[in-house]
Amino acid sequence: MAFDSFRDFILMGGYGFFVWLSFGVTFLALFALLLQSVLTRRQLQRDCARQQHRQQRLAKRQAATQNNSVQNSAKE
Amino acid sequence: MTRGYRSQLAALLKRDLKVALRRRSDVINPLLFLFMVISLFPVAIGPGPDILARIAPGVIWVAALLASLLGLERLFRDDYQDGTLEQLVLLPCPLPLAVLAKILVHWLLTGLPLVLIAPLLALLLNLPLSALPVLLITLLLGTPVLSAVGAVGAALTVSLQRGGAVLSLLVLPLFIPLLIFATAAVESAVFGAPVFGQLLLLASFSILTLTLTPFAVAAAVKVSVN
Amino acid sequence: MWRWLHPYAKGEATYQLLGRWLPWVTALALLSLTVGLVWGLAFGPADYQQGDSYRIIYIHVPAAIFSMGAYAGMAIMAFIALVWQIRTAEWSIAAIAPVGAVLTFIALFTGAAWGKPMWGTWWVWDARLTSELILLFLYAGVMALYYAFEDARTGAKAAGILALVGVVNLPIIHFSVEWWNTLHQGATITKFAKPSMATEMLWPLLISLLAFALMTAAFVMLRLRHEILRHELHRPWVREELLNPKSASADINSQQEQS
Repeated sequence: MAFDSFRDFILMGGYGFFVWLSFGVTFLALFALLLQSVLTRRQLQRDCARQQHRQQRLAKRQAATQNNSVQNSAKE
Repeated sequence: MTRGYRSQLAALLKRDLKVALRRRSDVINPLLFLFMVISLFPVAIGPGPDILARIAPGVIWVAALLASLLGLERLFRDDYQDGTLEQLVLLPCPLPLAVLAKILVHWLLTGLPLVLIAPLLALLLNLPLSALPVLLITLLLGTPVLSAVGAVGAALTVSLQRGGAVLSLLVLPLFIPLLIFATAAVESAVFGAPVFGQLLLLASFSILTLTLTPFAVAAAVKVSVN
Repeated sequence: MWRWLHPYAKGEATYQLLGRWLPWVTALALLSLTVGLVWGLAFGPADYQQGDSYRIIYIHVPAAIFSMGAYAGMAIMAFIALVWQIRTAEWSIAAIAPVGAVLTFIALFTGAAWGKPMWGTWWVWDARLTSELILLFLYAGVMALYYAFEDARTGAKAAGILALVGVVNLPIIHFSVEWWNTLHQGATITKFAKPSMATEMLWPLLISLLAFALMTAAFVMLRLRHEILRHELHRPWVREELLNPKSASADINSQQEQS
Protein backbone atom coordinates (compact mmCIF):
# COMPACT_ATOMS: atom_id res chain seq x y z
CA MET A 1 0.00 0.00 0.00
CA ALA A 2 1.47 3.31 -1.08
CA PHE A 3 -0.82 5.40 1.13
CA ASP A 4 -1.10 5.64 4.91
CA SER A 5 -4.79 6.37 5.11
CA PHE A 6 -7.87 6.48 2.91
CA ARG A 7 -7.74 10.28 3.06
CA ASP A 8 -4.24 10.24 1.59
CA PHE A 9 -5.47 7.92 -1.11
CA ILE A 10 -8.18 10.37 -2.10
CA LEU A 11 -5.83 13.36 -1.96
CA MET A 12 -3.16 11.65 -4.11
CA GLY A 13 -0.45 13.89 -2.74
CA GLY A 14 -2.26 17.02 -3.88
CA TYR A 15 -3.03 15.75 -7.36
CA GLY A 16 -6.32 14.13 -6.37
CA PHE A 17 -8.45 16.37 -8.57
CA PHE A 18 -6.54 15.54 -11.75
CA VAL A 19 -6.14 11.82 -11.06
CA TRP A 20 -9.78 11.29 -10.15
CA LEU A 21 -10.96 13.54 -12.95
CA SER A 22 -9.15 11.41 -15.52
CA PHE A 23 -10.34 8.15 -14.02
CA GLY A 24 -13.88 9.46 -13.71
CA VAL A 25 -14.09 10.73 -17.29
CA THR A 26 -12.49 7.53 -18.58
CA PHE A 27 -15.09 5.36 -16.92
CA LEU A 28 -17.88 7.70 -17.94
CA ALA A 29 -16.78 7.48 -21.58
CA LEU A 30 -16.42 3.70 -21.43
CA PHE A 31 -19.80 3.39 -19.74
CA ALA A 32 -21.44 5.53 -22.40
CA LEU A 33 -19.93 3.35 -25.12
CA LEU A 34 -21.11 0.21 -23.34
CA LEU A 35 -24.60 1.61 -22.91
CA GLN A 36 -24.81 2.59 -26.55
CA SER A 37 -23.52 -0.81 -27.66
CA VAL A 38 -26.02 -2.69 -25.51
CA LEU A 39 -28.96 -0.48 -26.46
CA THR A 40 -28.26 -1.18 -30.13
CA ARG A 41 -29.52 -4.70 -29.58
CA ARG A 42 -32.84 -3.45 -28.25
CA GLN A 43 -33.17 -1.15 -31.24
CA LEU A 44 -32.44 -4.05 -33.57
CA GLN A 45 -35.05 -6.19 -31.80
CA ARG A 46 -37.62 -3.45 -32.35
CA ASP A 47 -36.70 -3.11 -36.03
CA CYS A 48 -36.85 -6.85 -36.52
CA ALA A 49 -40.25 -7.17 -34.83
CA ARG A 50 -41.65 -4.33 -36.93
CA GLN A 51 -40.34 -5.93 -40.10
CA GLN A 52 -41.83 -9.29 -39.22
CA HIS A 53 -45.14 -7.68 -38.32
CA ARG A 54 -45.30 -5.90 -41.66
CA GLN A 55 -44.49 -9.04 -43.59
CA GLN A 56 -47.18 -10.98 -41.75
CA ARG A 57 -49.74 -8.28 -42.47
CA LEU A 58 -48.78 -8.23 -46.13
CA ALA A 59 -49.03 -12.01 -46.34
CA LYS A 60 -52.45 -11.92 -44.68
CA ARG A 61 -53.73 -9.27 -47.05
CA GLN A 62 -52.41 -11.17 -50.02
CA ALA A 63 -54.07 -14.34 -48.82
CA ALA A 64 -57.33 -12.43 -48.33
CA THR A 65 -57.33 -10.96 -51.83
CA GLN A 66 -56.51 -14.34 -53.29
CA ASN A 67 -59.44 -15.89 -51.39
CA ASN A 68 -61.73 -13.15 -52.64
CA SER A 69 -60.72 -13.66 -56.22
CA VAL A 70 -61.19 -17.39 -55.86
CA GLN A 71 -64.68 -16.83 -54.47
CA ASN A 72 -65.46 -14.31 -57.18
CA SER A 73 -64.42 -16.66 -59.90
CA ALA A 74 -66.48 -19.42 -58.28
CA LYS A 75 -69.55 -17.15 -58.33
CA GLU A 76 -69.08 -16.37 -61.96
CA MET B 1 1.44 0.06 -75.86
CA THR B 2 2.99 2.79 -73.73
CA ARG B 3 2.68 5.20 -76.65
CA GLY B 4 -1.04 4.41 -76.73
CA TYR B 5 -1.33 5.31 -73.05
CA ARG B 6 0.61 8.47 -73.64
CA SER B 7 -1.68 9.72 -76.40
CA GLN B 8 -4.70 8.88 -74.29
CA LEU B 9 -3.26 10.76 -71.35
CA ALA B 10 -2.42 13.73 -73.54
CA ALA B 11 -5.99 13.78 -74.84
CA LEU B 12 -7.29 13.59 -71.26
CA LEU B 13 -5.08 16.44 -70.15
CA LYS B 14 -6.11 18.57 -73.09
CA ARG B 15 -9.77 17.90 -72.55
CA ASP B 16 -9.68 18.60 -68.81
CA LEU B 17 -7.77 21.82 -69.33
CA LYS B 18 -10.19 22.95 -72.00
CA VAL B 19 -13.22 22.18 -69.84
CA ALA B 20 -11.73 23.91 -66.85
CA LEU B 21 -10.60 26.98 -68.76
CA ARG B 22 -14.10 27.40 -70.10
CA ARG B 23 -15.12 28.36 -66.59
CA ARG B 24 -12.54 31.00 -65.78
CA SER B 25 -14.29 31.94 -62.56
CA ASP B 26 -13.37 28.57 -61.06
CA VAL B 27 -9.72 29.48 -61.49
CA ILE B 28 -9.98 33.09 -60.43
CA ASN B 29 -12.33 32.78 -57.46
CA PRO B 30 -9.98 30.76 -55.23
CA LEU B 31 -7.25 33.32 -55.87
CA LEU B 32 -9.56 36.19 -54.96
CA PHE B 33 -10.60 34.25 -51.88
CA LEU B 34 -6.95 33.83 -51.00
CA PHE B 35 -6.37 37.59 -51.24
CA MET B 36 -9.41 38.30 -49.10
CA VAL B 37 -8.36 35.90 -46.36
CA ILE B 38 -4.81 37.25 -46.36
CA SER B 39 -6.02 40.84 -46.12
CA LEU B 40 -8.34 39.96 -43.25
CA PHE B 41 -5.44 39.15 -40.96
CA PRO B 42 -3.73 42.56 -40.90
CA VAL B 43 -7.16 44.16 -40.40
CA ALA B 44 -8.04 41.88 -37.51
CA ILE B 45 -4.67 41.59 -35.77
CA GLY B 46 -3.34 45.07 -36.43
CA PRO B 47 -0.76 46.23 -38.93
CA GLY B 48 2.34 45.84 -36.73
CA PRO B 49 5.02 44.53 -39.13
CA ASP B 50 6.71 42.29 -36.55
CA ILE B 51 3.54 40.42 -35.73
CA LEU B 52 2.65 40.05 -39.40
CA ALA B 53 6.08 38.75 -40.31
CA ARG B 54 5.83 36.33 -37.39
CA ILE B 55 2.51 34.85 -38.48
CA ALA B 56 2.98 35.21 -42.25
CA PRO B 57 4.08 31.62 -43.05
CA GLY B 58 1.19 30.11 -41.13
CA VAL B 59 -1.36 32.54 -42.55
CA ILE B 60 -0.27 32.02 -46.14
CA TRP B 61 -0.32 28.27 -45.76
CA VAL B 62 -3.71 28.12 -44.02
CA ALA B 63 -5.18 30.43 -46.65
CA ALA B 64 -3.71 28.29 -49.43
CA LEU B 65 -5.21 25.21 -47.82
CA LEU B 66 -8.67 26.76 -47.56
CA ALA B 67 -8.48 28.11 -51.10
CA SER B 68 -7.64 24.67 -52.44
CA LEU B 69 -10.75 23.28 -50.70
CA LEU B 70 -13.01 25.64 -52.63
CA GLY B 71 -12.97 24.00 -56.02
CA LEU B 72 -12.31 20.52 -54.77
CA GLU B 73 -15.91 19.41 -54.70
CA ARG B 74 -16.18 19.98 -58.43
CA LEU B 75 -13.08 17.98 -59.30
CA PHE B 76 -15.08 14.86 -60.19
CA ARG B 77 -18.64 16.17 -59.80
CA ASP B 78 -19.38 17.16 -63.40
CA ASP B 79 -17.66 14.11 -64.83
CA TYR B 80 -19.65 11.93 -62.47
CA GLN B 81 -22.96 13.52 -63.39
CA ASP B 82 -22.58 13.31 -67.15
CA GLY B 83 -21.08 9.83 -67.10
CA THR B 84 -17.58 10.77 -68.20
CA LEU B 85 -16.18 9.20 -65.06
CA GLU B 86 -17.52 5.79 -66.08
CA GLN B 87 -15.83 6.16 -69.45
CA LEU B 88 -12.63 7.01 -67.62
CA VAL B 89 -12.85 3.73 -65.70
CA LEU B 90 -13.39 1.85 -68.96
CA LEU B 91 -10.33 3.34 -70.67
CA PRO B 92 -7.62 0.83 -71.57
CA CYS B 93 -5.04 2.98 -69.82
CA PRO B 94 -4.76 2.20 -66.09
CA LEU B 95 -7.12 4.23 -63.93
CA PRO B 96 -4.45 5.49 -61.49
CA LEU B 97 -2.65 7.09 -64.44
CA ALA B 98 -5.80 8.73 -65.75
CA VAL B 99 -6.52 9.99 -62.26
CA LEU B 100 -3.01 11.36 -62.00
CA ALA B 101 -3.73 13.37 -65.14
CA LYS B 102 -6.78 14.87 -63.46
CA ILE B 103 -4.74 15.69 -60.36
CA LEU B 104 -2.15 17.36 -62.54
CA VAL B 105 -4.76 19.53 -64.23
CA HIS B 106 -6.21 20.48 -60.86
CA TRP B 107 -2.76 21.47 -59.68
CA LEU B 108 -2.06 23.50 -62.81
CA LEU B 109 -5.24 25.49 -62.27
CA THR B 110 -5.21 25.96 -58.49
CA GLY B 111 -1.76 25.14 -57.14
CA LEU B 112 0.42 26.83 -59.72
CA PRO B 113 -1.38 30.22 -59.72
CA LEU B 114 -1.11 30.13 -55.95
CA VAL B 115 2.65 29.67 -56.11
CA LEU B 116 2.84 32.49 -58.63
CA ILE B 117 1.02 35.06 -56.51
CA ALA B 118 2.72 33.94 -53.28
CA PRO B 119 5.51 36.60 -53.54
CA LEU B 120 2.81 39.27 -53.59
CA LEU B 121 1.14 37.77 -50.53
CA ALA B 122 4.48 37.55 -48.76
CA LEU B 123 5.04 41.24 -49.50
CA LEU B 124 1.62 42.13 -48.10
CA LEU B 125 2.44 40.29 -44.88
CA ASN B 126 5.97 41.66 -44.49
CA LEU B 127 7.62 38.28 -44.74
CA PRO B 128 11.41 38.78 -44.71
CA LEU B 129 12.82 38.59 -48.21
CA SER B 130 15.30 35.91 -47.15
CA ALA B 131 12.46 33.54 -46.31
CA LEU B 132 10.67 34.04 -49.63
CA PRO B 133 12.56 31.36 -51.62
CA VAL B 134 11.84 28.81 -48.89
CA LEU B 135 8.17 29.77 -48.89
CA LEU B 136 8.03 29.30 -52.64
CA ILE B 137 9.77 25.93 -52.46
CA THR B 138 7.40 24.69 -49.76
CA LEU B 139 4.41 25.84 -51.80
CA LEU B 140 5.81 24.22 -54.92
CA LEU B 141 6.32 20.95 -53.07
CA GLY B 142 3.16 21.18 -50.99
CA THR B 143 0.42 22.28 -53.38
CA PRO B 144 0.59 19.03 -55.42
CA VAL B 145 -0.04 17.23 -52.14
CA LEU B 146 -3.11 19.41 -51.59
CA SER B 147 -4.41 18.46 -55.03
CA ALA B 148 -3.62 14.75 -54.62
CA VAL B 149 -5.02 14.28 -51.12
CA GLY B 150 -7.96 16.47 -52.00
CA ALA B 151 -8.65 14.24 -54.99
CA VAL B 152 -8.99 11.26 -52.65
CA GLY B 153 -11.64 13.08 -50.66
CA ALA B 154 -13.38 14.36 -53.78
CA ALA B 155 -13.51 10.87 -55.31
CA LEU B 156 -14.88 9.38 -52.09
CA THR B 157 -17.68 11.91 -51.75
CA VAL B 158 -18.55 12.47 -55.41
CA SER B 159 -21.70 10.35 -55.34
CA LEU B 160 -23.07 12.06 -52.22
CA GLN B 161 -25.80 14.66 -52.53
CA ARG B 162 -24.16 17.13 -50.18
CA GLY B 163 -20.59 15.97 -50.15
CA GLY B 164 -18.98 19.32 -49.41
CA ALA B 165 -19.14 19.20 -45.62
CA VAL B 166 -18.03 15.57 -45.45
CA LEU B 167 -15.27 16.33 -47.93
CA SER B 168 -13.64 19.00 -45.78
CA LEU B 169 -14.06 16.80 -42.69
CA LEU B 170 -12.13 14.03 -44.47
CA VAL B 171 -9.46 16.07 -46.14
CA LEU B 172 -8.47 18.70 -43.57
CA PRO B 173 -7.02 16.27 -40.99
CA LEU B 174 -4.90 14.73 -43.74
CA PHE B 175 -3.55 18.18 -44.63
CA ILE B 176 -2.30 18.85 -41.12
CA PRO B 177 1.04 16.96 -41.38
CA LEU B 178 1.81 18.93 -44.54
CA LEU B 179 0.96 22.17 -42.76
CA ILE B 180 3.27 21.24 -39.88
CA PHE B 181 6.30 20.49 -42.05
CA ALA B 182 5.80 23.39 -44.44
CA THR B 183 5.27 26.11 -41.84
CA ALA B 184 8.11 24.76 -39.71
CA ALA B 185 10.45 25.09 -42.70
CA VAL B 186 9.38 28.67 -43.49
CA GLU B 187 9.56 29.67 -39.84
CA SER B 188 13.09 28.42 -39.46
CA ALA B 189 13.96 30.34 -42.62
CA VAL B 190 12.54 33.49 -41.00
CA PHE B 191 14.81 32.92 -37.99
CA GLY B 192 17.76 32.12 -40.21
CA ALA B 193 18.01 28.49 -39.10
CA PRO B 194 18.97 25.71 -41.53
CA VAL B 195 15.99 24.47 -43.53
CA PHE B 196 17.47 21.90 -45.89
CA GLY B 197 16.45 18.89 -43.81
CA GLN B 198 12.89 20.10 -43.47
CA LEU B 199 12.65 20.75 -47.19
CA LEU B 200 13.93 17.25 -47.91
CA LEU B 201 11.33 15.83 -45.54
CA LEU B 202 8.65 17.84 -47.30
CA ALA B 203 9.90 16.65 -50.68
CA SER B 204 9.78 13.00 -49.63
CA PHE B 205 6.30 13.56 -48.22
CA SER B 206 5.25 15.07 -51.53
CA ILE B 207 6.72 12.26 -53.63
CA LEU B 208 5.19 9.61 -51.40
CA THR B 209 1.75 11.22 -51.68
CA LEU B 210 1.94 11.61 -55.43
CA THR B 211 2.92 7.99 -55.97
CA LEU B 212 0.41 6.44 -53.59
CA THR B 213 -2.71 8.60 -53.75
CA PRO B 214 -3.56 7.87 -57.42
CA PHE B 215 -4.23 4.28 -56.38
CA ALA B 216 -6.49 5.41 -53.54
CA VAL B 217 -8.28 7.84 -55.86
CA ALA B 218 -8.72 5.11 -58.47
CA ALA B 219 -10.20 2.74 -55.88
CA ALA B 220 -12.50 5.50 -54.64
CA VAL B 221 -13.63 6.34 -58.16
CA LYS B 222 -14.46 2.68 -58.79
CA VAL B 223 -16.47 2.53 -55.56
CA SER B 224 -18.32 5.72 -56.39
CA VAL B 225 -19.13 4.83 -59.98
CA ASN B 226 -20.92 1.53 -59.51
CA MET C 1 -6.13 -22.35 -43.05
CA TRP C 2 -8.33 -21.01 -45.82
CA ARG C 3 -10.78 -23.83 -45.28
CA TRP C 4 -10.88 -22.95 -41.60
CA LEU C 5 -11.32 -19.22 -42.24
CA HIS C 6 -13.82 -19.44 -45.02
CA PRO C 7 -17.04 -19.96 -43.01
CA TYR C 8 -16.34 -16.74 -41.09
CA ALA C 9 -16.85 -14.69 -44.22
CA LYS C 10 -20.51 -15.46 -43.58
CA GLY C 11 -22.29 -13.47 -40.93
CA GLU C 12 -23.88 -16.25 -38.95
CA ALA C 13 -20.74 -18.31 -38.30
CA THR C 14 -18.86 -15.22 -37.11
CA TYR C 15 -21.79 -14.20 -34.94
CA GLN C 16 -21.83 -17.55 -33.18
CA LEU C 17 -18.04 -17.65 -32.78
CA LEU C 18 -17.97 -14.15 -31.30
CA GLY C 19 -20.85 -15.09 -29.01
CA ARG C 20 -18.87 -18.03 -27.68
CA TRP C 21 -15.72 -15.95 -27.03
CA LEU C 22 -17.31 -12.75 -25.79
CA PRO C 23 -18.08 -13.83 -22.18
CA TRP C 24 -14.51 -15.05 -21.66
CA VAL C 25 -12.90 -11.98 -23.11
CA THR C 26 -15.19 -9.70 -21.11
CA ALA C 27 -14.49 -11.56 -17.86
CA LEU C 28 -10.73 -11.48 -18.41
CA ALA C 29 -10.88 -7.79 -19.34
CA LEU C 30 -12.79 -6.87 -16.19
CA LEU C 31 -10.45 -8.95 -14.04
CA SER C 32 -7.24 -7.50 -15.46
CA LEU C 33 -8.70 -3.99 -15.46
CA THR C 34 -9.50 -4.24 -11.76
CA VAL C 35 -6.14 -5.75 -10.88
CA GLY C 36 -4.12 -3.33 -13.01
CA LEU C 37 -5.88 -0.17 -11.92
CA VAL C 38 -6.16 -1.01 -8.22
CA TRP C 39 -2.52 -2.05 -8.15
CA GLY C 40 -1.48 1.08 -9.99
CA LEU C 41 -3.66 3.46 -8.00
CA ALA C 42 -3.21 2.15 -4.49
CA PHE C 43 -0.15 -0.10 -4.29
CA GLY C 44 2.38 1.20 -6.81
CA PRO C 45 5.01 3.56 -5.37
CA ALA C 46 4.78 7.30 -6.00
CA ASP C 47 7.07 8.70 -8.71
CA TYR C 48 10.05 10.56 -7.30
CA GLN C 49 9.58 13.48 -9.70
CA GLN C 50 5.89 13.62 -10.43
CA GLY C 51 4.48 12.37 -7.13
CA ASP C 52 1.11 10.71 -7.39
CA SER C 53 -0.01 12.50 -10.53
CA TYR C 54 1.86 9.92 -12.59
CA ARG C 55 -0.86 7.37 -11.73
CA ILE C 56 -2.84 8.70 -14.66
CA ILE C 57 -0.38 6.71 -16.78
CA TYR C 58 -2.30 3.54 -16.01
CA ILE C 59 -5.13 4.69 -18.24
CA HIS C 60 -3.39 7.25 -20.43
CA VAL C 61 -0.75 5.03 -22.02
CA PRO C 62 -2.98 1.98 -22.61
CA ALA C 63 -5.71 4.16 -24.12
CA ALA C 64 -3.20 5.93 -26.37
CA ILE C 65 -1.57 2.70 -27.52
CA PHE C 66 -4.83 0.98 -28.30
CA SER C 67 -6.32 4.03 -29.96
CA MET C 68 -3.56 3.45 -32.51
CA GLY C 69 -3.87 -0.33 -32.29
CA ALA C 70 -7.58 -0.13 -33.02
CA TYR C 71 -6.84 2.08 -36.01
CA ALA C 72 -4.29 -0.40 -37.32
CA GLY C 73 -6.82 -3.19 -36.88
CA MET C 74 -9.45 -1.16 -38.67
CA ALA C 75 -7.05 -0.47 -41.55
CA ILE C 76 -6.22 -4.18 -41.86
CA MET C 77 -9.92 -5.00 -41.93
CA ALA C 78 -10.43 -2.28 -44.55
CA PHE C 79 -7.68 -3.81 -46.67
CA ILE C 80 -9.25 -7.27 -46.40
CA ALA C 81 -12.66 -5.83 -47.20
CA LEU C 82 -11.40 -4.02 -50.29
CA VAL C 83 -9.23 -6.82 -51.67
CA TRP C 84 -11.28 -9.92 -50.91
CA GLN C 85 -14.69 -8.25 -50.66
CA ILE C 86 -15.48 -9.98 -47.39
CA ARG C 87 -18.56 -8.49 -45.80
CA THR C 88 -17.72 -9.26 -42.19
CA ALA C 89 -14.51 -7.28 -42.67
CA GLU C 90 -16.55 -4.35 -44.01
CA TRP C 91 -18.81 -4.43 -40.99
CA SER C 92 -15.91 -4.61 -38.58
CA ILE C 93 -14.81 -1.16 -39.81
CA ALA C 94 -18.04 0.21 -38.40
CA ALA C 95 -17.56 -1.89 -35.26
CA ILE C 96 -14.03 -0.69 -34.55
CA ALA C 97 -14.32 3.03 -35.37
CA PRO C 98 -16.47 4.16 -32.39
CA VAL C 99 -14.38 2.12 -29.94
CA GLY C 100 -11.19 3.63 -31.32
CA ALA C 101 -12.69 7.11 -31.16
CA VAL C 102 -13.58 6.67 -27.48
CA LEU C 103 -10.07 5.39 -26.73
CA THR C 104 -8.59 8.39 -28.53
CA PHE C 105 -10.82 10.72 -26.56
CA ILE C 106 -9.71 9.07 -23.31
CA ALA C 107 -6.06 9.37 -24.27
CA LEU C 108 -6.50 13.06 -25.10
CA PHE C 109 -8.51 13.88 -22.00
CA THR C 110 -6.27 12.06 -19.53
CA GLY C 111 -3.30 13.62 -21.26
CA ALA C 112 -4.80 17.06 -20.69
CA ALA C 113 -5.57 16.31 -17.06
CA TRP C 114 -2.00 15.09 -16.61
CA GLY C 115 -0.52 18.03 -18.49
CA LYS C 116 -2.23 20.61 -16.29
CA PRO C 117 -0.28 19.79 -13.09
CA MET C 118 2.94 18.79 -14.90
CA TRP C 119 3.24 21.31 -17.74
CA GLY C 120 0.97 23.95 -16.23
CA THR C 121 -1.44 23.87 -19.16
CA TRP C 122 -4.28 21.65 -20.31
CA TRP C 123 -3.25 21.68 -23.93
CA VAL C 124 -0.17 22.48 -25.98
CA TRP C 125 0.09 22.21 -29.73
CA ASP C 126 2.82 19.67 -29.46
CA ALA C 127 3.20 17.09 -32.22
CA ARG C 128 2.06 14.15 -30.12
CA LEU C 129 -1.11 15.87 -29.06
CA THR C 130 -1.85 17.28 -32.48
CA SER C 131 -1.40 14.00 -34.29
CA GLU C 132 -3.53 12.21 -31.71
CA LEU C 133 -6.20 14.84 -32.30
CA ILE C 134 -5.94 14.11 -36.03
CA LEU C 135 -6.56 10.46 -35.18
CA LEU C 136 -9.82 11.49 -33.51
CA PHE C 137 -10.80 13.45 -36.65
CA LEU C 138 -9.94 10.45 -38.81
CA TYR C 139 -12.17 8.19 -36.76
CA ALA C 140 -14.93 10.78 -37.07
CA GLY C 141 -14.38 10.94 -40.83
CA VAL C 142 -14.50 7.16 -41.21
CA MET C 143 -17.76 6.99 -39.27
CA ALA C 144 -19.27 9.92 -41.16
CA LEU C 145 -18.37 8.38 -44.50
CA TYR C 146 -19.57 4.92 -43.48
CA TYR C 147 -23.07 6.17 -42.78
CA ALA C 148 -23.19 8.90 -45.45
CA PHE C 149 -24.20 6.63 -48.34
CA GLU C 150 -27.61 5.18 -48.97
CA ASP C 151 -26.04 1.95 -50.13
CA ALA C 152 -24.31 0.43 -47.12
CA ARG C 153 -21.69 -1.44 -49.16
CA THR C 154 -20.56 1.72 -50.95
CA GLY C 155 -20.29 3.44 -47.60
CA ALA C 156 -18.22 0.63 -46.15
CA LYS C 157 -15.83 0.63 -49.09
CA ALA C 158 -15.45 4.41 -49.09
CA ALA C 159 -14.80 4.39 -45.35
CA GLY C 160 -12.29 1.59 -45.89
CA ILE C 161 -10.34 3.61 -48.45
CA LEU C 162 -10.26 6.59 -46.10
CA ALA C 163 -9.09 4.35 -43.25
CA LEU C 164 -6.24 3.07 -45.42
CA VAL C 165 -5.20 6.56 -46.47
CA GLY C 166 -5.25 7.67 -42.84
CA VAL C 167 -2.69 5.03 -41.89
CA VAL C 168 -0.05 7.68 -42.69
CA ASN C 169 -0.96 9.26 -39.40
CA LEU C 170 0.16 6.27 -37.32
CA PRO C 171 3.91 6.65 -37.93
CA ILE C 172 3.49 10.39 -37.51
CA ILE C 173 2.03 9.87 -34.03
CA HIS C 174 4.72 7.37 -33.19
CA PHE C 175 7.70 9.42 -34.31
CA SER C 176 6.22 12.84 -33.52
CA VAL C 177 8.26 13.06 -30.33
CA GLU C 178 11.46 12.89 -32.35
CA TRP C 179 10.40 14.95 -35.35
CA TRP C 180 8.99 17.99 -33.71
CA ASN C 181 11.34 18.63 -30.83
CA THR C 182 11.75 22.28 -31.85
CA LEU C 183 8.57 23.49 -30.24
CA HIS C 184 8.03 21.39 -27.19
CA GLN C 185 10.36 18.89 -25.66
CA GLY C 186 9.75 16.35 -22.99
CA ALA C 187 6.61 14.67 -24.20
CA THR C 188 5.46 11.91 -21.93
CA ILE C 189 7.15 8.95 -23.55
CA THR C 190 10.72 10.16 -23.34
CA LYS C 191 10.32 10.72 -19.63
CA PHE C 192 9.66 7.08 -19.06
CA ALA C 193 12.10 5.68 -21.55
CA LYS C 194 14.96 7.34 -19.67
CA PRO C 195 14.94 5.64 -16.28
CA SER C 196 13.35 2.43 -17.67
CA MET C 197 10.56 2.53 -15.12
CA ALA C 198 10.81 0.74 -11.80
CA THR C 199 9.40 -2.77 -11.89
CA GLU C 200 6.80 -2.01 -9.20
CA MET C 201 5.41 0.62 -11.57
CA LEU C 202 5.90 -1.43 -14.72
CA TRP C 203 3.89 -4.47 -13.70
CA PRO C 204 0.58 -2.70 -13.09
CA LEU C 205 1.12 -0.80 -16.36
CA LEU C 206 1.62 -4.04 -18.27
CA ILE C 207 -1.48 -5.50 -16.69
CA SER C 208 -3.59 -2.48 -17.57
CA LEU C 209 -2.20 -2.63 -21.11
CA LEU C 210 -3.47 -6.20 -21.30
CA ALA C 211 -6.76 -5.05 -19.78
CA PHE C 212 -7.25 -2.34 -22.39
CA ALA C 213 -6.40 -4.79 -25.17
CA LEU C 214 -8.99 -7.24 -23.93
CA MET C 215 -11.53 -4.50 -23.33
CA THR C 216 -11.06 -3.12 -26.84
CA ALA C 217 -11.49 -6.63 -28.21
CA ALA C 218 -14.65 -7.17 -26.14
CA PHE C 219 -16.21 -3.90 -27.31
CA VAL C 220 -15.37 -4.63 -30.92
CA MET C 221 -16.79 -8.16 -30.67
CA LEU C 222 -20.00 -6.90 -29.11
CA ARG C 223 -20.44 -4.19 -31.72
CA LEU C 224 -19.51 -6.48 -34.60
CA ARG C 225 -22.19 -8.94 -33.47
CA HIS C 226 -24.76 -6.16 -33.61
CA GLU C 227 -23.46 -4.93 -36.94
CA ILE C 228 -23.89 -8.45 -38.36
CA LEU C 229 -27.45 -8.58 -37.05
CA ARG C 230 -28.22 -5.16 -38.51
CA HIS C 231 -27.12 -6.15 -41.98
CA GLU C 232 -28.77 -9.56 -42.00
CA LEU C 233 -31.99 -8.40 -40.35
CA HIS C 234 -34.11 -10.02 -43.05
CA ARG C 235 -32.55 -13.46 -42.59
CA PRO C 236 -34.52 -16.10 -40.67
CA TRP C 237 -31.67 -16.90 -38.26
CA VAL C 238 -31.45 -13.27 -37.16
CA ARG C 239 -35.18 -13.19 -36.55
CA GLU C 240 -34.91 -16.31 -34.41
CA GLU C 241 -31.92 -14.88 -32.56
CA LEU C 242 -33.53 -11.54 -31.82
CA LEU C 243 -37.15 -12.45 -31.16
CA ASN C 244 -36.80 -15.78 -29.37
CA PRO C 245 -33.13 -16.14 -28.48
CA LYS C 246 -33.36 -19.22 -26.25
CA SER C 247 -34.66 -21.63 -28.85
CA ALA C 248 -32.37 -20.24 -31.56
CA SER C 249 -29.16 -20.83 -29.69
CA ALA C 250 -30.34 -24.26 -28.58
CA ASP C 251 -31.16 -25.09 -32.20
CA ILE C 252 -27.79 -24.08 -33.45
CA ASN C 253 -25.98 -25.93 -30.69
CA SER C 254 -27.79 -29.13 -31.53
CA GLN C 255 -27.11 -28.59 -35.23
CA GLN C 256 -23.45 -28.17 -34.55
CA GLU C 257 -23.33 -31.28 -32.44
CA GLN C 258 -24.93 -33.21 -35.27
CA SER C 259 -22.54 -31.92 -37.91
